[in-house]
Amino acid sequence: MIENTRFASRSELVGIAALALLLVVVLPLTLDVFRLNLVGKYLTYAFVALGLVLCWGYGGILSLGQGVFFGLGGYCMAMFLKLEASSPENTKIQSTPGIPDFMDWNQITELPLFWQPFHSLTFTIAAIILVPGVFAFIIGAAMFKRRVGGTYFAIITQAIAAILTILIVGQQGYTGGINGMTDLRTLKGWDIRPDHAKVVLYFVCVACLFGCIFVAQLIRHSKLGRILVAMRDKEDRVRFSGYSVANFKIFAFCVAAVFAAIGGAMFALQVGFMSPSFVGIVPSIEMVIYAAVGGRLSILGAVYGTLLVNFAKTSFSESFPELWLFGLGGLFIAVVLAFPNGVAGLWSDYVQPRLVRLVTPRKAGWSAPNAVAEGAPAE
Amino acid sequence: MFGDYTLSQLGSIFVMQGFAGLILFSVYVLMALGLAIIFGQMGVINMAHGEFMILGAYVTYLTASFVQSHLPALFSVYFFVAMALAFVASGALGMLTEWALIRHLYRRPLDTLLATWGLSLILQQAFRSIFGAREVGVELPQWMLGSLPITDTIEVPINGIFVMGLTVLITVAVAYIIFRSRWGRQVRAVVQNRVMAGAVGINTERVDRLTFGLGCGIAGVAGSAFTMVGSTGPTSGQLYIVDTFLVVVFGGAASLLGTIASAFSISQTQSTLEFFMSGSMAKVITLLTIVAILMLRPQGLFALKVRK
Amino acid sequence: MLIGQQPKDFLLSVEGLTVSFDGFKAVNDLSFYVDENEIRVIIGPNGAGKTTVLDLICGKTRATSGSIHFRDRDLTKMRENEIVQAGVGRKFQTPSIYDDLTVFENLEISFPRGRSVLGALTFKRDAEVRERVHEVAEMIFLKDRLAMRADLLSHGQKQWLEIGMLLIQDPELLMLDEPVAGMSVSERVKTAELLHRIIEGRSVLVIEHDMKFVEDIAHKVTVLHQGQILSEGTMDKVKNDPKVIEVYLGH
Repeated sequence: MIENTRFASRSELVGIAALALLLVVVLPLTLDVFRLNLVGKYLTYAFVALGLVLCWGYGGILSLGQGVFFGLGGYCMAMFLKLEASSPENTKIQSTPGIPDFMDWNQITELPLFWQPFHSLTFTIAAIILVPGVFAFIIGAAMFKRRVGGTYFAIITQAIAAILTILIVGQQGYTGGINGMTDLRTLKGWDIRPDHAKVVLYFVCVACLFGCIFVAQLIRHSKLGRILVAMRDKEDRVRFSGYSVANFKIFAFCVAAVFAAIGGAMFALQVGFMSPSFVGIVPSIEMVIYAAVGGRLSILGAVYGTLLVNFAKTSFSESFPELWLFGLGGLFIAVVLAFPNGVAGLWSDYVQPRLVRLVTPRKAGWSAPNAVAEGAPAE
Repeated sequence: MFGDYTLSQLGSIFVMQGFAGLILFSVYVLMALGLAIIFGQMGVINMAHGEFMILGAYVTYLTASFVQSHLPALFSVYFFVAMALAFVASGALGMLTEWALIRHLYRRPLDTLLATWGLSLILQQAFRSIFGAREVGVELPQWMLGSLPITDTIEVPINGIFVMGLTVLITVAVAYIIFRSRWGRQVRAVVQNRVMAGAVGINTERVDRLTFGLGCGIAGVAGSAFTMVGSTGPTSGQLYIVDTFLVVVFGGAASLLGTIASAFSISQTQSTLEFFMSGSMAKVITLLTIVAILMLRPQGLFALKVRK
Repeated sequence: MLIGQQPKDFLLSVEGLTVSFDGFKAVNDLSFYVDENEIRVIIGPNGAGKTTVLDLICGKTRATSGSIHFRDRDLTKMRENEIVQAGVGRKFQTPSIYDDLTVFENLEISFPRGRSVLGALTFKRDAEVRERVHEVAEMIFLKDRLAMRADLLSHGQKQWLEIGMLLIQDPELLMLDEPVAGMSVSERVKTAELLHRIIEGRSVLVIEHDMKFVEDIAHKVTVLHQGQILSEGTMDKVKNDPKVIEVYLGH
């Protein structure tokens, strides 16, 4: 058991398979397209939560600015889609045809230089990964090389989220302002709005999510994953074992940023718009609660946590909008005070032992179908 | 961008904007003082600090309405009563919070941050349920309205002067409490070595609770002052929390002088820039500058080199 | 000793080392030299600056002035992890191990390979690693505890584990801060035996209060007092130095 360095243990494989069954088979068969699209939207936040499990749960680095990266990814994607939707034929009623409508409304007569490369899909995909990755690297290098971390880092990332939001809202001629980029229509001529496109995009999103889960598992089960755990515990000791602590933190932060950006891009594709309300302080902290509810040490828990909180949010907001903020606030407090390991912790402490007891007498050696149990950081 | 103005106009602009900046400075200092106590002395990040401030603002609003309808004769002095009530209300809620929430989390600063964020959401919704989603304004007594003309082109509002005077007073009081009083010494002793402080007979739990209560109470007073320069809504506090944290961190977390200096430089930069560009760009540039400086000098403006 | 090297080529040369914390000089113009394969013990009353000297050498604290040369490299200009990679290992006063990891993983992390981000990502737990971990675990009496989480170990076992983590690093200069403090009598005996075995073939800098232990292992003793050297030499010489007797041994 202790010599296990593959990407997943047997019980984790079962968990991943259970999640795949849920997302690939059960939900698409039972939900209508509207609800499925909603789940797809929630899943884009799960990318962020997944990154937070790595950098906060494992690395101990709490970023309260993950919305920045979600937004950067989303805006990169939205810029490409917006350009495609703003072809001269589509926009011939504008005073300057061929540029996005919000630019026209803001008396901009020429496509700004930084928009030009987003005509290319290849460039856009590269930008979705690289822009947030490089940005996270710069922040991480500046902070971690100077031994800044903990609450201080959290505040700085929060400030960055605030800055980016104000900037996006303020520069509406270039960004679409508070309304964001709306009316996104086609991807390389393929209409993303009809139902069948939404179903396809849902599956693309799920595939990307499993790609990220795979990467997260690889990292967790490599020595790097154990170094992250060690660092959270005794940073100095890791340093005096010959590791550059800063580099490992930068790595974890960059991976989390790239995950968030992929989520953002999938959001823009599935929902058909991108706006600053997913970038700022409030959404950024809310994304932390997804990871916390799922269990900050559980990779699969991040997905379940995101789905749970968002289902709760949707159903509360539909019936008792006033209660939702009380509920969410209470959730923050409860998860910190009472369930620091979230749903995954509850599962491995209460549900799993019972399942094992139920199953083992009949057939020995068969491990319980533990969907989210991975409370222990190391096997 | 200076080309369109004459030299004397520019002078007046800087003085007037400087004064506008001084009001912003006062609000920042008042808010940051409470935070500087809680964060600087106790090391606790209180994300609900803005809501404690807004509680003070609502208490001021309620006092104003009550006095106006029941005791109109006393309206000219209601503000002082309101401030005292704001201090008591926010302070009491702060002590309750410390008892129910914070004390369980002293060794987990990041978790404290999340839990107090949860508290801030609950308070926001409570404000919304009680006072409505619309922003409320407070009517000022007659003597606070109007402005003092200093030269032909420069005049300063009286309520601004009042807020500034108040800020100076509270700052001096806080400095005295933290650095001169016996209780302040106890606070610092607890912060530096909790176990030892307990061993020499300091009631650490009581010190924690009072410190947190004091910080929140000062936030309440800040809320009182805030009603004079802005209107109060359920989420008004959230808008300031990041700025205030930056003020405290930029000043160097444990330094009162640093807090004041950083509040001054940040508010002056912002209000001066605001005259030449849109408010949002002024804010972006101000915040960006702070973040950039903090990345180069994370310990803030004032910090001691200590033996770890 | 390597043949062909100049006789005055020390492994570690500390010269004019000073560090001040807000005006207080914890270490004041300190100079000393450690030979290859020398066992040097630093003693001195509390607050003499002993731990600070180790902190300075391993890069935990930055010197205000002075130099620390390890072979021909100036450690004061290097980061902690670079100092470790240059061949300096450090054991802390309180056991500093990774509570959330198993004994095996604690030792594995200290294995000197794959220390870059990419290296850690592609690190393989191959036969060489496993053999070395088992070998070291046997030396530190934890062979049957490899799969146990480190926080379940006793205080003495945690000290051994940390010594093991150093051992697997295979440093040329080993620095130990009170290695037998807080141990039971039987643990102390076992630790002394362990230390005797691991100090062979390398230079060692030890801080220790246990005089019997010091006498037992020291080639040379340095007595620190208020950040400066009070006396230096063989144990016999130091023991009979009136200055030392006054400030330290006399008590």
